[in-house]
Amino acid sequence: MVVLSQLFTGLSIGAVLLLIALGLALTFGQMNVINMAHGEFIMAGAYTVYVLQKSIRSAGASLLVALPVGFLVAGAMGVLLEFLLIRHLYARPLDTLLVTWGVALMLQQLARDIFGAPNVQTRAPDVLTGHVTVFSTDSGSLSLASSRLFILALAVLAVIALALTLRLSALGRRIRAVVQNRDLAAVSGIPTGRVDRLTFFIGSGLAGIAGVALTLVGPIGPAMGTNIIVDAFLVVVVGGIGQLWGTVIVAFALGVLQAMVEYSTTVSVAKVLVFLAIVAFLQWRPQGLFTVRTRSLA
Amino acid sequence: MTTTTTGPDAATRDSGEPDPATGKGEPARRFGAGSPLRAGAGFVLAAVLLFAVAPLVLSTFRLDLLAKYLCLAVVGIGIGLAWGRGGLLTLGQGVFFGLGGYAMAMHLKLAEAGPGNLPDFMALYGQVEGLPLWWRPFANPFFALAATVLLPMLVAFALGSLVFRRRVRGAYFAILSQALCAAMAILLVGQQGTTGGTNGLTDIHSFFGYDLDDPVNQRMVYFIIAAFLLLMMALARQLMQSRYGELLVAVRDSEERTRLLGYDPAKAKLFVYVTAAGMAGLAGALFVPAVGIISPALIGVVPSIEFVIGVAVGGRATLLGPALGVVAVAWAKTALSERYPAAWTYFEGLLFIIPVLLLPGGLASVVGVIRRRRAAGDSRQDSTRAAKERTLNVGVGSATVRETP
Repeated sequence: MVVLSQLFTGLSIGAVLLLIALGLALTFGQMNVINMAHGEFIMAGAYTVYVLQKSIRSAGASLLVALPVGFLVAGAMGVLLEFLLIRHLYARPLDTLLVTWGVALMLQQLARDIFGAPNVQTRAPDVLTGHVTVFSTDSGSLSLASSRLFILALAVLAVIALALTLRLSALGRRIRAVVQNRDLAAVSGIPTGRVDRLTFFIGSGLAGIAGVALTLVGPIGPAMGTNIIVDAFLVVVVGGIGQLWGTVIVAFALGVLQAMVEYSTTVSVAKVLVFLAIVAFLQWRPQGLFTVRTRSLA
Repeated sequence: MTTTTTGPDAATRDSGEPDPATGKGEPARRFGAGSPLRAGAGFVLAAVLLFAVAPLVLSTFRLDLLAKYLCLAVVGIGIGLAWGRGGLLTLGQGVFFGLGGYAMAMHLKLAEAGPGNLPDFMALYGQVEGLPLWWRPFANPFFALAATVLLPMLVAFALGSLVFRRRVRGAYFAILSQALCAAMAILLVGQQGTTGGTNGLTDIHSFFGYDLDDPVNQRMVYFIIAAFLLLMMALARQLMQSRYGELLVAVRDSEERTRLLGYDPAKAKLFVYVTAAGMAGLAGALFVPAVGIISPALIGVVPSIEFVIGVAVGGRATLLGPALGVVAVAWAKTALSERYPAAWTYFEGLLFIIPVLLLPGGLASVVGVIRRRRAAGDSRQDSTRAAKERTLNVGVGSATVRETP
């Protein structure tokens, strides 16, 4: 029973990681850009819920409205970032890390100036506040928080939507082409600059959705993005770039691993053990779980 | 792995023109890296400034602050070597700074408590029965002093040899180093009973028998720190001028080519990473008597990346740039953040953006950039043409050489 409930905890940690890492994997995979401001796009999504609830009274309706609005808000911020800063730095991918960290600092301070430094509260719809009892036997019962179930479902939906977009749409085809070979894509007439910007829009928008989902389970504050971004980047590194499935598998695997180790030791020791596990894993697969095979030397 | 972007090395590999970011391709007349005579004169000047002028001009309070900044500058020298010369963007120098700092602080706490007694915070939290086993060796001053430098180097060696051997690099390495930093800070906070938790190890008042509250002894600590700074500077210069230094730059700029020429890039990177870790550990050990505290907040993800930005502002690939940049950024932080905390955060954000975006070589490259501009002709037309040519080179480079990660 305990194992099952820890498994569920792990899956829900993994779902949050997945929602965040999907966008990162997209931008990192295509442009090699490390966007440290991704966490602040999550924050923007979360504050979208907070602002919307000032005008929409029903918690359920505001959440439903916030999902697309959060996507657009964070996506627009991403496009702006790409247009103003990142596109000048495509030749120096490591430097984007520092520049976007600066952007992240400023966005956090902006949030502090607008909304105040303390965390703010949002209301969760009644449907998502209780627990769902999956089964109960004599030895005990397994009940799952419905907010966590919602996030799990949302993450799965996001993956399916993204996978379908990449596989079926014209934009998806172009994105895959650019990821596989930027130069060949360019000489085939694909406007790689525009594709980059659209990818950034989608990736950042996914962060916005993650932010909306996070309002159900955690506090909303200016620093909420920083805490989780390091783990999300680890997911991208271990998952490998260019393939969605690596990110999906690794997000859930890391979530479950973290939850299981946490259960047998402490949170802080679990962090270190998970890090060691990742370094060990990279000995086996230094490029991550899945990679697009090429003939390049690396 | 796809060749999705051309990478920084591809951009200038075959262009034969100096790269503003790294100073590559420039003849050896960089800031501080000229003839031995000029370098010697520079060191004498720096020594006079640090040992004679600063103590005379600055008040005790300012001198204490300077001592703290100089410790951070030692970390900066290491980052300058690893990142500026070796291309290893290490976002986790706080780990090594912390290992050195904690090793020193543990010994000082034990010495203060006296043999057989627990350090004050352990008695206060009451989570331990006796002194934990891993604290015990630090009672020995020689062990503790050796550990401040060797422990960080050992950790760097372990991580580096695993990671570089398997050719994990670039952004992957940066993220791993940052994750290590986050894990270490969380671990220290979590183990409150034996590490002091969030507060860290505080109230350190004596340094090998000398009372640190006495201004005279504080000045002595300052002199020790200044001496180590100059020593590390000399070491960094030796490394940069050596054949190894050239190999390191070659690895940074074209790792695959270096490998195919018969060198082992993993070894070159490992050496510079371990060196940088040792410098950070030394800096942490010096930081403790200068400031009297070491805590997770000083070594986590945020302070670690602040080291890097100081290095970027100063000029990552130069000798003096990293140290001066770190000191300047730390000084600006003290000066601005207390009076205008909000404005400081915006300013710090801009510090990350503007120099990296517009002046990749840092402040140390200003002279070179202006000189090049003048040499290329002042008209705007010329500069745009030069930019176009550079783009062309990027295209050619990326189409012919396929080796970026």
